[in-house]
Amino acid sequence: MTEEIIIAGFGGQGVLSMGKILAYSGMMQNKEVSWFPSYGPEMRGGTANVTVIISDERISSPILNKFDTAIILNQQSMDKFESSVKPGGVLIYDPNGIVRHPERTDINIYTIDAADEAARLGLKKVFNMLVLGAFLKLKPLIEPEYMRKGLEKSLPLRHHNTIPENEKAIARGMEIVKLEHQMN
Amino acid sequence: MKDIRLMKGNEALAEGVIRAGCDGYFGYPITPQSEILEYLMANNTKERTGMIVLQAESEIASIHMVYGGAAAGKRVITSSSSPGISLMQEGISFMAGTELPCLLVNVVRGGPGLGTIQPSQSDYFQAVKGGGHGDYKMIVLAPASVQEMYDFAKLGFDLAFKHRIQVMILSDGAIGQMMEKVELDEQIPRLADAEIVKKYPWATTGKTPDRERNIITSLDLNPVKQEIINQNLQKKFKHIQETEVRFERFMCDDAEYLFVAYGSSARICQKAVMLGRARGIKVGLLRPITLFPFPTNELARLAKQVKGMQAIEMSAGQMVEDVRLSVNGAVPVEHYGRLGGIIPAPDEVLNVLEQNFIHSKKEKRYEPATY
Repeated sequence: MTEEIIIAGFGGQGVLSMGKILAYSGMMQNKEVSWFPSYGPEMRGGTANVTVIISDERISSPILNKFDTAIILNQQSMDKFESSVKPGGVLIYDPNGIVRHPERTDINIYTIDAADEAARLGLKKVFNMLVLGAFLKLKPLIEPEYMRKGLEKSLPLRHHNTIPENEKAIARGMEIVKLEHQMN
Repeated sequence: MKDIRLMKGNEALAEGVIRAGCDGYFGYPITPQSEILEYLMANNTKERTGMIVLQAESEIASIHMVYGGAAAGKRVITSSSSPGISLMQEGISFMAGTELPCLLVNVVRGGPGLGTIQPSQSDYFQAVKGGGHGDYKMIVLAPASVQEMYDFAKLGFDLAFKHRIQVMILSDGAIGQMMEKVELDEQIPRLADAEIVKKYPWATTGKTPDRERNIITSLDLNPVKQEIINQNLQKKFKHIQETEVRFERFMCDDAEYLFVAYGSSARICQKAVMLGRARGIKVGLLRPITLFPFPTNELARLAKQVKGMQAIEMSAGQMVEDVRLSVNGAVPVEHYGRLGGIIPAPDEVLNVLEQNFIHSKKEKRYEPATY
């Protein structure tokens, strides 16, 4: 099993930390993992993306241009990465702020209203965990107990009190992800 | 239980430096390697081993602090990225002239000038052929994983003191910034001053009545003596070329075509080899781990086996010159590189290899991947 994932959006949406939690959780489950960020611009107010690979085998290139799954959280990233999904792959996106929806017919496309849901819950910070939940529903690569260990490892100690609400958000994300287009 | 962590390349290197029993780090921040200094500052380095971590006022100050520390027989290091390493060349040349051991880290970014903060491999010539003045070489290690960023800290110090030479870890922004699993070793204790006096009789540890003064200088105005100094340096480089070559073969045994790449490009080529094998192409990868000494003999051997070699670098073609010198015309050697912080993709480099060696020239020319 090798899953090659791109997560892309604005800096500040929690793109890099979502990738980090996924990578940590994979590592805790004894998988090979790599996490390669677009560095620099995301700290300087621009788009951010991260490539995460989770595999049973030694990972060759941590840097890729074709992905099994693309998680897309803004329009620029949609423009950039829609074409990077492998045929038969998965594209998950939050339609909030998207003006040009994906047009591929050879992939499975899902939406998650994570921004709206986070606002409804009054917990803007769990936005990225809702999205992560959507991904884990579609690609159940990581067992829940290892997700918890991943959260414990990647969050600093002073934020460990937020782990239950993060876990709830992951569970909620699993519930609200919707199939938008079934591949032909 | 083994201590396994998920770390950035820069962080792993910093942890490796501490655990290798380093005495002092002197550096000045620059993207994409600032995490080295930040990690050393944030992880109780002084409390753990007594190692000094100092942010100097500039790169020029950093390298001269390293010069001073090394002269006293200490395990010292500086790190920077391309423009900062350019500033250090004078100090590096002086250390070459005085045969002082040290560890230097260049997490390369695109140039020339300030260039970009994105990854590049365009400092190969500077590292391998000598960026400073004079006939000198450094041992240059090219890590291709976060684990190697960690491992090469200790290896680098060991080689530096074994040969009294400067060792450079030539990494790039991709390896520095990405996170992978790292397995950590036990802490190696720092040497006590008395041990340094005993182990390194050349070090300026303070004159004692039983020996002459140790003087560290690269100046000798007598050309007869200066020629001998230079000849001895060259003997050392030759010895290193004969004894310290390191490389990794990936699917080379039955290869008809060969990628040659180091650092992050080698990881990309590893994936390209797997894609190529899936298409039925017998392709392998030779990854130089030491760039000086270069795996010249291994490439000459492989030149008798393969039909062509494809060098892949994030540069306009630097390492490829050493590949061509090694092969000496026995097989065609082609270069392909992306510049200015663009990283080539695995299918992109495989297409290049197919285009150069397998398809007839009449077929559709290859188009670079866009970003």
